[in-house]
Amino acid sequence: MLLPLPPAVFHILMAVADDDRHGYAIIQDVAERTDGAVKLSAGTLYRSIQRMLEDGLLAEVDERPDPEEDDERRRYYRITPFGRAVARAEAQRLTNLIKLARLSGFAPKRA
Amino acid sequence: MYRLLMRLYPASFRNEYGGEMRRVFERRRRDGSGPVAIIALWIALILDTIANAARVHADILRQDLRHTRRSLLRSRGFALAAIVVTALGVGATTAVFSIADHVLIRPLPFADPSRIVKIWESTPEYARMDVSPANYRDWMNAAASFTSMGAYTEGQTANLVGSGDPARLNGSDVTAELLGVLGVRPARGRTFGADDDRAGAPGTVLISDALWRLRFGRDPAIVGRHITLNNESCTIIGVMPATFQFPSRTTDFWKPIRFEADAFEERTNLYLRVLARLKPGVTHDQARAELTMIAAQLERQYPKDNAKVGATLIDLRDEVGRLSRIALYTLVAAAASVLLIACTNLASLLVARASARERELAVRTALGAGRERLVRQLMTESLAIALLGGILGTVLAIIITPLIVTLVPTALPIAEQPGIDLRMMLTALGVTVATGLGFGVLPAMRAARQSASLRDGARAGVSARTERVRGVLVIAQVAVSVVLLVSAGLLIRALWTVQQVDPGFRTAGVLTMRTSLPMPKYAPQAARVAFYRRVLDEVRALPGVVGAAYTTGVPISMRGGIWPAFLPGKSREPADAPTVSVRYVTSDLFSVLGVPVSVGRAFNESDSLNAQKVVVVSESFVKAHWPGQDPRGKQFFVALFDRTVVGVVGDVRVRGLERESEPQVYLPYQQQLDNMMTFYTPKDLVIRMSDDRQASALTSAVRAVIANADPELPIADVRPLATVVETDLASRSAQVRVLAAFAGVACLLAAVGLHGLLGSPRAHGRSVCASPSAPRRGRCCGW
Repeated sequence: MLLPLPPAVFHILMAVADDDRHGYAIIQDVAERTDGAVKLSAGTLYRSIQRMLEDGLLAEVDERPDPEEDDERRRYYRITPFGRAVARAEAQRLTNLIKLARLSGFAPKRA
Repeated sequence: MYRLLMRLYPASFRNEYGGEMRRVFERRRRDGSGPVAIIALWIALILDTIANAARVHADILRQDLRHTRRSLLRSRGFALAAIVVTALGVGATTAVFSIADHVLIRPLPFADPSRIVKIWESTPEYARMDVSPANYRDWMNAAASFTSMGAYTEGQTANLVGSGDPARLNGSDVTAELLGVLGVRPARGRTFGADDDRAGAPGTVLISDALWRLRFGRDPAIVGRHITLNNESCTIIGVMPATFQFPSRTTDFWKPIRFEADAFEERTNLYLRVLARLKPGVTHDQARAELTMIAAQLERQYPKDNAKVGATLIDLRDEVGRLSRIALYTLVAAAASVLLIACTNLASLLVARASARERELAVRTALGAGRERLVRQLMTESLAIALLGGILGTVLAIIITPLIVTLVPTALPIAEQPGIDLRMMLTALGVTVATGLGFGVLPAMRAARQSASLRDGARAGVSARTERVRGVLVIAQVAVSVVLLVSAGLLIRALWTVQQVDPGFRTAGVLTMRTSLPMPKYAPQAARVAFYRRVLDEVRALPGVVGAAYTTGVPISMRGGIWPAFLPGKSREPADAPTVSVRYVTSDLFSVLGVPVSVGRAFNESDSLNAQKVVVVSESFVKAHWPGQDPRGKQFFVALFDRTVVGVVGDVRVRGLERESEPQVYLPYQQQLDNMMTFYTPKDLVIRMSDDRQASALTSAVRAVIANADPELPIADVRPLATVVETDLASRSAQVRVLAAFAGVACLLAAVGLHGLLGSPRAHGRSVCASPSAPRRGRCCGW
């Protein structure tokens, strides 16, 4: 039911894969990973987060200030084991898709 | 500005993420440099908010619908009851209002119909009588209130031969002005001009859309085609639009009236219907006053013919009889009551459900679900119920409407079946939705407000109030349904009383059909007599036939046909003479219809053209003019001759079971002169069978007999006499059926409401947390 994941959701999962992050940090992380190609808007981010919380992909951990920022308290999000499993399944799905694309000559063969 | 944009998001989302989003926005604004970047940021924000807010709303709707489905499936009884209640309310109201609107409110399908009036001659006894050509002409010339005036005749029939099987068509003779008065033009071809009205002009005819479709297969070259109507060749000059059903739904053709030169000499020959179009600014009362003045003038001018003759002017729509009007208003009231009951019932169901869910709602509020989310979810639930009920109700309306179209009177020139009225359906649905929202959401708001009371456990006051509200609702339902039941009971009693009325003839085993003899072929008396004798002899010889007779018209099927009777020693003024119902009949009519001959004899073959002019009268005629005397041998003047009474028969309800009829006067068929009173030429064949079941076999045998006698004669209106009587009562019995159904539904609904009230568990505090369906966090409704 959850797959295929919307691109924004997959990006968010990747952004919180190693560290708990707050909203703005997720936006920044995604932008860095994609060299600025994907810039999540605040609306898209929090709408996705709301659904991901409902679906159990993410969990809200706590509210604490960002040490690198001012001392305003932020909500931090953490990936759940279920979220990890879903992300893996999505990655597998995409890998399989690329394999098929290679066979059809749409994607370059691995060097 | 930013806050305004944020309002596009649902409150629950705003409360949850508004602060975070604002911080992201602030950061971006800080990072951006220069006015261009700031403007770009704002544009991006606006686009982002619009797109995402819509998606968040959709997410919530999806969630609520999922929740609604689960919650309705969990309480199937409630869901089913609520949907059925809504469907009944919407369906019944839509069907009845559609018909009432069609008959009573919607403008007639003519140009500016409110200015069209119908004008009748009137006497102190009869308010609405047909008009004589002379009076019509004089009104038209003298009146200044109208832009135009036209006349037509009703009930013309013509035999169409030459294209396929001979067919009997219904038509109307109209003056050239009539279509102009109605403001209707043919869909193809031309309308009548003054030349078509001239005596001796070549025959022209306009045909109906139905005739063009069914008989001529939509022939595109129909205009200019020749057809033979009653042995007269006519050119089809045009086809009328499908919406033109005038003067009745069954009219197939319109021919110009050709007044003979002597038509204007006599003022007592009444056969025209007159329509006129009011000049702009002239009111009905002004026109009425002018006509009354003109009529008074004509009365002074022609004191003999026009004695006591006035004029009645009515709005064309008022042709709907008073009884049909009352019948419809009754049904509208009944339908409104059913809608009212349905709404109170729905309200009561929702209140009961809300009070049963009070604790669930309170728990969820306590756990942090916003009031807005609860209200919104309950709103979705109520709307889902209303919409499902509405869909079912529409299906119901589509099924019901054809069952009650007998309530549409034939007197109006409109289609028999109205379409389902969309406005009515939306109104009924709107009322139900409003009820659903009102009674579904208010309890939720209250429950949300009272989340505190959960902790206190102080809920007794709320329950008592809820019970009171439900009690009032149920009392209202019971009261309204009792009123409906009583009305239905009264109407059933009235129908029963009418059905007990003795029509004066026996219907069992009698078959009737119509064969109109076309003129001038059957103008000579000898030709007619030969035809009747041949057909009746051959029909009597058929197996299963007990007797057969011809008459001017079968009772109830033909209601009019009245004529003044002049009694010796009484006034010779037509206005003072009593009117009688006149029929030419063959000798067996009384035995075939089962009308008893109480004094003297029925007719026989010796009552020929040259023999003494004789008459058979009904008992009420004797009672009125010769009470206590033997009427045999007495004479009076009726239908052009002094006639001698030879017998007395029982009275017949010529005008139907619910109306008084004039006394009846029967004349022997052989004594009808050539070209005189041709309207009264016998055309209805009545056959008494030994067994009702032979009707269909007999019909084809009789068709063969008539085809042998005259292959060009069509047969129409084949039906048992019992059907004629039933048709007379059809609209009354339909009304009873509908009202009884409404009363039944109302009772059922009231019973449901009452049961719900009496059987409602006081323990509506079943803990949701302990129940297996307790919502899991994050799953229930997204708080």
